[in-house]
Amino acid sequence: MQWDLLLQLTLNGLIVGALYGVVAMSFVLIYKASQVVNFAQGEFLLIGAWTCWWLLTEFRLPFVWGFLLTLVFMTIFGVLLQVIVLRPLIGEPVISVIMVTIGLSIFFQALMKWMFGVFAEPFPPIFETQAVRIAGLEVQSVYLLSLVISLAIMAAFAWFFTASKYGLAMRATAFDQQVAQSLGISVRMVFAMAWAISAIVSAVAGVVVGVVNGVSSGLSFYGIKVFPAVILGGLDSVLGAVLGGIIIGLLENIAHFFDSTILHWGNMFQIAPFYVLIVILLIKPYGLFGTRNIERV
Amino acid sequence: MAALALTPCGDFRTSYREDTTIFPTRTSRNVAIASVAALCLVPLTGDRYVLSLMIQMGYLGIAALGLNILVGFTGQISIGHAAFFGFGAFSSAWLVEHGVPVVAAMPLAGVMTTAVGMVFGIPAARLKGLYLAIATLAAQFIIEDFFARARWFTGGVAGRVTEPFALFGLRFDTNESYFFVVLFYVVVSFVAASNLMRTRDGRALVAVRDHYLSAEMMGINLTYYRTLSFGISSFYAGIGGALYAHYLLFVSVEAFNILFSIQFLGMIIIGGLGSVMGSMMGAAFMTLLPEIVQWSAAALSGGAIDRALGLGAAVSYLREMTIGAVIILFLIFEPDGLAHRWRLIKAYWKLYPFSH
Repeated sequence: MQWDLLLQLTLNGLIVGALYGVVAMSFVLIYKASQVVNFAQGEFLLIGAWTCWWLLTEFRLPFVWGFLLTLVFMTIFGVLLQVIVLRPLIGEPVISVIMVTIGLSIFFQALMKWMFGVFAEPFPPIFETQAVRIAGLEVQSVYLLSLVISLAIMAAFAWFFTASKYGLAMRATAFDQQVAQSLGISVRMVFAMAWAISAIVSAVAGVVVGVVNGVSSGLSFYGIKVFPAVILGGLDSVLGAVLGGIIIGLLENIAHFFDSTILHWGNMFQIAPFYVLIVILLIKPYGLFGTRNIERV
Repeated sequence: MAALALTPCGDFRTSYREDTTIFPTRTSRNVAIASVAALCLVPLTGDRYVLSLMIQMGYLGIAALGLNILVGFTGQISIGHAAFFGFGAFSSAWLVEHGVPVVAAMPLAGVMTTAVGMVFGIPAARLKGLYLAIATLAAQFIIEDFFARARWFTGGVAGRVTEPFALFGLRFDTNESYFFVVLFYVVVSFVAASNLMRTRDGRALVAVRDHYLSAEMMGINLTYYRTLSFGISSFYAGIGGALYAHYLLFVSVEAFNILFSIQFLGMIIIGGLGSVMGSMMGAAFMTLLPEIVQWSAAALSGGAIDRALGLGAAVSYLREMTIGAVIILFLIFEPDGLAHRWRLIKAYWKLYPFSH
C-alpha cells in the first residue's frame, strides 16, 4: 500500500468533494424552492467561469471587478432563465420540466464551445501559487483557498437559511407554497431568487475550479456528478447535499487509488459514483437526509 | 395509425371491438396500405441521399417508438436509451462474428438488449419520475463505460466491423435494397405497437401512467408492468440498433453518448408523447434537423452573417444548439408535439370550405 498516495488522494477528494458539495447545495436550492430538477447545473459553472475568464483576459479587469461583474451577470441570467423558460412550465408533468433543463444544458454547452472553443484555457495568474506542507504532504495554496471558499459558501448558506428574512421565506415556500403565499410571501420572487442564488453560487464554484485547473467544457461534468451526491444526501436536504458531495469526492478518489494500485480496471474515477448511485437508489432512494415522500389519494 | 381516420362527426361506436380498432374506416386502412406501397416505390427514384435519410428515419423511428412506449405510454423516464440502442448494435455485430446469420442476429440482438434492459429495469420497477431519470442516467454512463472496456464484445476503441444483411443468398448492401429491410421492420414494429395498445397489457401501461395508485388498486401489478415496459422499450432499441449496425457495417464505441440519448427524448417530445405515429414524425424531424442546419449554414456561407459568426467551423455546435432549442421551444409552445398539430390540420380540412 502506498500510504502517501492514499493520503494525497484523500485530501484531493476532500477538496473536490467540498466543491461538489457547493454545487449540490445550489442544485438542492432550486429543487427545494421550485421542484425543478436542474440538469443544467453544470452549465451554470461553465457560463460563470467563461464569463469571468473573458472579462479578465479581454478587458484586463482586475480580478475583483471581473468576479463581481460575473456575479451580477449570473444573477440576471438566473432570473431571466427562470422567468422566460421555467415559468411557463409550472404545473406541467415532471418529464417536461426535466427535458427543458436537459435542453438548456445541451444548448448552453454547445454555445460555450462555439464561443470559447473546446480547449482548456488557464486563468491569468491571480495569486502567486506556492506549495504548503501539511503533515508531510505538498498542497498547492490555491487548493487550500478553494477549500476555504467552499466552506465559506456553506457557512453563508447556513446563515441565509436560518437567520435571514429571505432565506426563511424560501424555506416556507419549500414547505407549502399556498400557506407561504397566504402569509404574504411572493412565491414568484422566491422562485426567481432561488435560481439567481443557485446561478451565483455555481458560478463561484466554476470560477474556483477555473482558477485551479483552467476553464474548459469539462466543467459541465460537475453538473452530472451532482446527481450521485444529491441522491446520496437526499434530494431536498441542504446538509445532505454537502455531505453527499464530500462523500462522492472522497469515493471517486479512493476508487481511483484502488484502481491504479490493485485493480487496474481503468476509468473507475469517473464511473464509481454511478455504481454507488444505482445501489443507493435500490436500497435507500430517499438518501441519508431526504424526506420520505408518502403519497395519499 | 388511428390518426388517419376521417370519421364523420359524432361517435357512433356501439361495441368494444369497434372502439379498439386500428383503422376506424375502410378508407383509413386503404390509405395506410397505399402509403406503405408508395414507400416501396421510393428506391426506384434512385436518389441515394433521400434513401439514406429515410433509412435513418426508419431505425431511429423504431428506437424512438420503444422509448415512447416507456415514456409516453407508461410515464417512466429514461435518459439512457442510446446506450441500449448501442447495446443492440454491438450484440448483433457480436453474434454475426460468432457465426449467427444476420437474419437471426437482429431479433436475437433485440432479445439480448431486453435482458440488459431488464437488469436496469429492476430499479425501474421500484422507482418513478425523476428518480428513474437519474437511475437511467447512471445506466447510460455505466453501459458507455462497459463499451469502452469490453474489447471481446465491442472491439474496444477500434470499434467492430460487421456484415451486411443477407437472405437466401441475396446481399442487402446497397441503400436501395437495405431500404426494404428497414421498411419491413418499421411496418412490423409499428403494427405491433399499435396492437399492443389495444390489448389488456397496453391499457394497463396507460393506466400506470395516468394514476399509478389507482391502477394498483384496480389490480394492476405495478412492478410487473413497469419492468415489462422497460423490457419492450429495450427490445425496440435493440432492434433499431441492430438495423443501424448492419446499415453502416461498422459500430464505433463513441457513438452512443448522452447527447444521442437526449436526441431520442427530443424525438418523442417533438413527435408527441403517447402517440405511435408521433414517434416516427419525431424521428423524421430529428433526422432532417441537422440537414437543415447544414443547408442553412451552406446557404449563408460567404455572406455577412457567416463572416461575423464563423458558421462553417461551428456547424456541429449549431446542430447541438438547435436540438436543445427545438426541445425547449416544443415543450413551451407545442407540448403535445407534431402528432397533435397533425390532428388539428386534419380537423381543419375535414370541414374544409365551412370550417367556421
